[in-house]
This record gives sequence, C-alpha cells and structure tokens, in this order.
Amino acid sequence: MADPMKIRATMQGDTAEIRVLVNHPMETGQRKDAKTGELVPAHFIQTLTATLGDKTVLDSQIGTSVSRNPVFGFKVKGAKAGDKVTITWKDNKGDTRTDETTIA
Amino acid sequence: MKFKLQAAAALFALPLALTALAQQSITDKDAKDATIQEIERYREMLADGNPAELYEARGEELWKTKRGPKNASLEKCDLGLGAGVVKGAYAQMPRYFADVDKVQDLESRLLTCMETLQGYKAEEFTKQPFGSEDNKSDLEALTAYVVTQSKGVTMNAPMKHPKEKEAYEIGKRIFFYRAGPYDFACATCHAENGRRIRLQDLPNLTTHNGAKLGYGTWPAYRVSQGEFRTMQWRMNDCYRQQRFPEPGFGSDTVTALLTYLAATAAGAPYQGPGIKR
Repeated sequence: MADPMKIRATMQGDTAEIRVLVNHPMETGQRKDAKTGELVPAHFIQTLTATLGDKTVLDSQIGTSVSRNPVFGFKVKGAKAGDKVTITWKDNKGDTRTDETTIA
Repeated sequence: MKFKLQAAAALFALPLALTALAQQSITDKDAKDATIQEIERYREMLADGNPAELYEARGEELWKTKRGPKNASLEKCDLGLGAGVVKGAYAQMPRYFADVDKVQDLESRLLTCMETLQGYKAEEFTKQPFGSEDNKSDLEALTAYVVTQSKGVTMNAPMKHPKEKEAYEIGKRIFFYRAGPYDFACATCHAENGRRIRLQDLPNLTTHNGAKLGYGTWPAYRVSQGEFRTMQWRMNDCYRQQRFPEPGFGSDTVTALLTYLAATAAGAPYQGPGIKR
C-alpha cells in the first residue's frame, strides 16, 4: 500500500491553488543497484488526476523525468472554499493511491 | 611607417578595450545578482512543498506507536524540556542529560529513549543509521518529526552545565583541528566569508550569521539523494569529504561539534527542516 499524499488547497482570489506532495520512489529503470550491479526496475507514476467535486480538472501523464517524492502544483479557476479536491495517481506497477481534501 | 601605424592602432584600441572591460564587469555583476536572485526564487519554490513533511508524518506515527520489546511509545521521552515535551525541544539541544551524565544531541537522545523506554538495542539502529529508498531509517523519520516541532523557535542550547561548556570547547578544537591526508579541518572551508564549493555557498560557521544559515537549516531533505538527512549524517559526510575516518553514530565527537555550532547559532530562529540541492 502506498504512503499517503499531502495535499494543500487554498483560495487565492477566485482561483484555487493546489499543491500535492506525493510519496513515491519514481525509479527510472536506468539506475543500478550499488551492491549487486543489477538494474533497479522502473517504478514510476504514469497518471495523476485531480477532480473538483465530480469534475475532472487535471488529467496528466507523468514519466521518469520527474523526481522522487515529487510536488505538483496547479491552479483551478471557478473553485470555491469548501469544495472537495480528490487526487489519484497510478503507477506502472498498477499501484494506486487516492487522497482528498477540502479547499480552505 | 608601418610600425607607427601599428602603435597608433594599439594606442587607439587600448581605451576601447578598457571601456569594454569595465562594461563587462558591470554586466557580469548584474548577471551574478540576477543569478543569485533566481537561485533564491528557485529555493523558495522548492521550500514550498518540502518532502521532509513526508518523513515528519512517518516520524510522528513512530513517536506515538507502541513498539519494541517493552511495547511502549516514545511519548514519555524526555528531550530536555520534560517527559514528552517535543515542541521547541530541538532548539535547546544539544544539552546535558543527568540520567546518562553526558551531553547528547537529538539523535543520541532518541537512541537513549528507544533503549530505556522501548527496550530496543541501540546497535539495531546504529548498524545502518542512514536510510535509503529500500531501507527506511526510523531514526531519520523521528528526527524529522522532532525538529519540525521547533520550526521558528529561537535556538538556545543551554551552556550552563560544566559538561556543556566542556563539549563546546572540545567542539571548537575539533572544528579547527587540521589532520588527515589533505591536512583539512572544518575551518578550512567554513571559517571565511564568501567561500563556495562549485555553486554552493559555504557558510562561515564561526560567525553567528553563518551558523544561523548552516546549522539553522539542517536537518534537511536532500533532493539529489531523495532522502531526509540528519545532523549525524551531515557531520559524517563532512568527515568523509575531509578524508577523515567517519565517527561512529552518536559519537561524542559529533555531539561536541554540534554543541559548538548550536552555541554559535544561538539567538536565531530555527528555520528547518530545510531543503537542499
């Protein structure tokens, strides 16, 4: 089971600013294990989606160029305080995690 | 005639070259300031969303979970401000602890608590104290939790007990002690203003301002390693870079050095946990 994300959503004027800190190793598949010399298998997030209420506001494809424990930030127009933000990611091993918060 | 022409050309060219040089140094300076500004902006953006938070969350859980042979949590651990007080405790460390009759830094203190309260053997943790992706370190997570509880608190390690004063003096000596194949000391890099290694500014740790920046922003999340790194790790790595033998985990050497740094930084707010390249 993947570790939880940290999501922060605040209103800045009429737009919501959302920042997501994801707990993920983001292995590229090109790194070698220091001890065994074997390639460390790729393990990275492929898709990250954000929904506001029932509406999908972000649908992104992520690759191996993104760092370990990445932070994603984006702005949503027309959101208001109290709206529910749900973030879901899915990685190449089929592992997935969903967390939610309300806009403050 | 030809010679004269050349001389005239050279004379004519000289002031031009000088003006060009002067102009270049001005633009260089502007470019440098702009670069520093951009680097600062980049650091600000990075700091907003510091993955140290992930370690902190795990540390908090470890702190409150009953574990070990004695099945106890660390909530009764005395970090110097009384049993179970975490808020602001790190800002007043290293300090003297009467129960072990010595000065301890946060990590040695955590080890003591894990031994006395939870019944663990310290060796279980000191064997591999620094974590990696496949080997998460409990000590690092606990450290992340405790130091975050001192964010913004004025650093003020007590310097009253004779052993605290002794640790300070020993730490200072170690800081300036030159040895090893490179004839290095901490002071070789960290006792002068405006030094840098590659693009990293090296704080002058003998001054209050330098210690505030250096000591006051560690422990930190290291982006290039994707790990949260503690003071024990930081000191160990400095030793490694000096080609010294690396001190054992929780060694008195490290505590002494940290006491010296903490005393130099005293009075400034703790700004960690930081985020480093």
